[in-house]
Amino acid sequence: MSKINTLEDLNKAAKRGLEAIIPSKTKIMVGMGTSGIASGAQAVYDALAEEIKKRKLDIILSKTGAMGMDCIEPLIDVVQPNKPRLAYSKMTAKKVPEVIDQIVKGAINGNKPAYRMDEEEFICLNENKPYLKGPVPKDLEGIPKIKEVNFYKKQMKLATRNCGMINYESIDEYIAKGGYISLFKALTKMKPEEIIEEIIASGLRGRGGGGFPAGVKWQTCRRAHGDIKYVICNGDEGDPGAYMDRSVMEVDPHSVIEGMIIGAFAIGSGQGFIYVRNEYPLAVANLQRAINQAREYGFLGKNILNSGFDFDLKISKGAGAFVCGESTALMTSLEGKAGEPRAKYIHTVEHGLWDRPSNLNNVETWANVPAIISRGAKWFSSIGCKNNSGTKVFCLVGKINNIGMVEVPMGIPLKEIIYDIGGGIPGGKKYKAVQTGGPSGGCLPDNLINISVDFDSLWEAGSMMGSGGMIVMDETTCMVDIARYFIDFLEFESCGKCVPCREGVQRMNEILQDICNGKGKKGDVELLESMAQGIVDVALCALGSTAPNPVLSTLKYFRDEYVAHVRDKKCPAGVCKALIRFSISEEKCTGCGVCLKKCPTECISGEKKKTHVIDQTKCIKCGVCKESCKFDAIIVE
Amino acid sequence: MKTAKTIEKTVKDIIKKYGGDKTAMIAILQDVQEECRYLPKEALSSISKKMDVPLTRIYEIATFYNAFSLKPRGKYVVEVCAGTACHVQGAANLMDRLERDLSIECGETTQDKTFTLEEVRCLGCCSLAPVLRIGADVHPNLTQDEIPKILRNYK
Repeated sequence: MSKINTLEDLNKAAKRGLEAIIPSKTKIMVGMGTSGIASGAQAVYDALAEEIKKRKLDIILSKTGAMGMDCIEPLIDVVQPNKPRLAYSKMTAKKVPEVIDQIVKGAINGNKPAYRMDEEEFICLNENKPYLKGPVPKDLEGIPKIKEVNFYKKQMKLATRNCGMINYESIDEYIAKGGYISLFKALTKMKPEEIIEEIIASGLRGRGGGGFPAGVKWQTCRRAHGDIKYVICNGDEGDPGAYMDRSVMEVDPHSVIEGMIIGAFAIGSGQGFIYVRNEYPLAVANLQRAINQAREYGFLGKNILNSGFDFDLKISKGAGAFVCGESTALMTSLEGKAGEPRAKYIHTVEHGLWDRPSNLNNVETWANVPAIISRGAKWFSSIGCKNNSGTKVFCLVGKINNIGMVEVPMGIPLKEIIYDIGGGIPGGKKYKAVQTGGPSGGCLPDNLINISVDFDSLWEAGSMMGSGGMIVMDETTCMVDIARYFIDFLEFESCGKCVPCREGVQRMNEILQDICNGKGKKGDVELLESMAQGIVDVALCALGSTAPNPVLSTLKYFRDEYVAHVRDKKCPAGVCKALIRFSISEEKCTGCGVCLKKCPTECISGEKKKTHVIDQTKCIKCGVCKESCKFDAIIVE
Repeated sequence: MKTAKTIEKTVKDIIKKYGGDKTAMIAILQDVQEECRYLPKEALSSISKKMDVPLTRIYEIATFYNAFSLKPRGKYVVEVCAGTACHVQGAANLMDRLERDLSIECGETTQDKTFTLEEVRCLGCCSLAPVLRIGADVHPNLTQDEIPKILRNYK
């Protein structure tokens, strides 16, 4: 690889990349992000490699990431010249020979692809490139186009534009998709101030949760005094239930790197840091590979693209502390210390890392930057709704049919995410709430199902955007238990620096534990409320002051569940073990004996084909009987 | 278990790798833990002497971050994901089952030093909830019933 100095060099790399994306021979791509690997993609990849070798086929085998629909993984995509790209879902090593047969014979039999792509969108280039040339082959007519699949119909992919589309090990494929063209434009045709103006005009708000205008932050940092400035990428995605930043870092690392180089040029920074969670080893490896590639091409280092601008990037691994997602704590951690936050009356854009001006944005924010520079602020601000331009990536998880990562225009009604994209609640159960914003966020109950999903509307409803986790809950989720879960999480993760968070959250946890254990007393709920308000008012950092949110929001919308726990000593959702009791329905039990065999305490008895009985004195309420009963005969009350 | 002498050598090599940079303390401790599976007391005192950083500072870092362990850990660390998605899908039942089957509590190591049971704050595999990680393997969509079979593969 040689350095890229001119637009001609860049176009050459793009040409190489395009040949790899839409090749002149057959290519199979395996979705190998963390979730793909966890669902068995490595075995599929190995089986494909073996089969291709055995049959001496001329097929390219490459790795890509997840496009978002994690519930149908492992996923492989087959690209053949002049034909639509086909996606095969729920692949196994066993299905490999059959799929290879189909590819060789060029006919679909047996294994039906989940969807097809006739063309691919190149966002940064504002064009679509065709896979299919000519009419749709007869046998593929019945296979839906990707945009006809409910999960993808209402989505719009900007930040995750390359996820699942390119080989994450190839910088050329990234360039072919319009990558580093924005960098070229920014460094050779734009002044730093112009870049900042463009970002301000685009209305891009920080995707890490707070929603602060990114351009304004850049501008303040540029104007701050000091020769040495830093840009930082917050990849310490700690919100449980959110993994979009992991996905982007893993499968499209260059989009983050390119965004950071542009930002650094605009701000006047020579050094950047990417702070990644310790729990994401694949993200660290892929980012490091991408940084090395960018250095070899001359996008990082001295005199980038002959512009005289020097910049380099370094990865720092976190060590498992939720509080390090907070900007001041993250910077302290980068300095090699225990990551405690500090009060923010002095902004980090003026005094941040090593007391120097530092601009921090999260992964998704940085990944949006190249798209804005190439397509312009006007285009970006035309997407989304008032004061909330662009898209937002969400992780739709929990009790929902189509689990996965989705990217939608801001302002989309929540209902469309849950029912159209997510396909509703499994098992015919009733929707109860969706939890957004992680531990600092809140719940949105059924009566808010039409809410517009944007920074401001969520905030008004007592929740927040957070980094974008959306955990869907149904009637079998206990909201008191959820509040207890988050408060327990926050007690554990509290850094201990300020009293309200360290002591207050602990006391709140004790009260909630009591309520869940059937020891709730009259007045507990009111006490929780007043403590929560106290913490909101006086905690030091944003983590502390938002810590009571899960309690406040569940109390606001589900007070009756608290009352049932405290007054009636009942858990309506059947979750809190001290308040529930397992029994077997005489009507439904067939006496099959499965639960009897599985019960770890041998507390179930009964003759074959006769109703079984649970001995309440020995039952530990582990729930294995309920999980294993095929006749829904276990009653929890 | 490493001897005091090999620990000394390990620490020396790791510090050299980072050029003795004090701001790389977290990375140094991570590397030591990767080598030793935990942070032995000898290693911490050795780092303190070699890098001229008070032991209390190093102890502060080692106890602040969840990834570090000051106690020896087993051959396999069994991590139950405690993310929200896993929680609503019944991760607590997995933990209960593991505690019963391994006869240890969360945070402890089995007597034969094979397993250490821990809770991890979200592995980011929320679409596969509930999950369990043993070493580098993530086990997706688990029920408590499958646990004995999985553990048998790691003896």
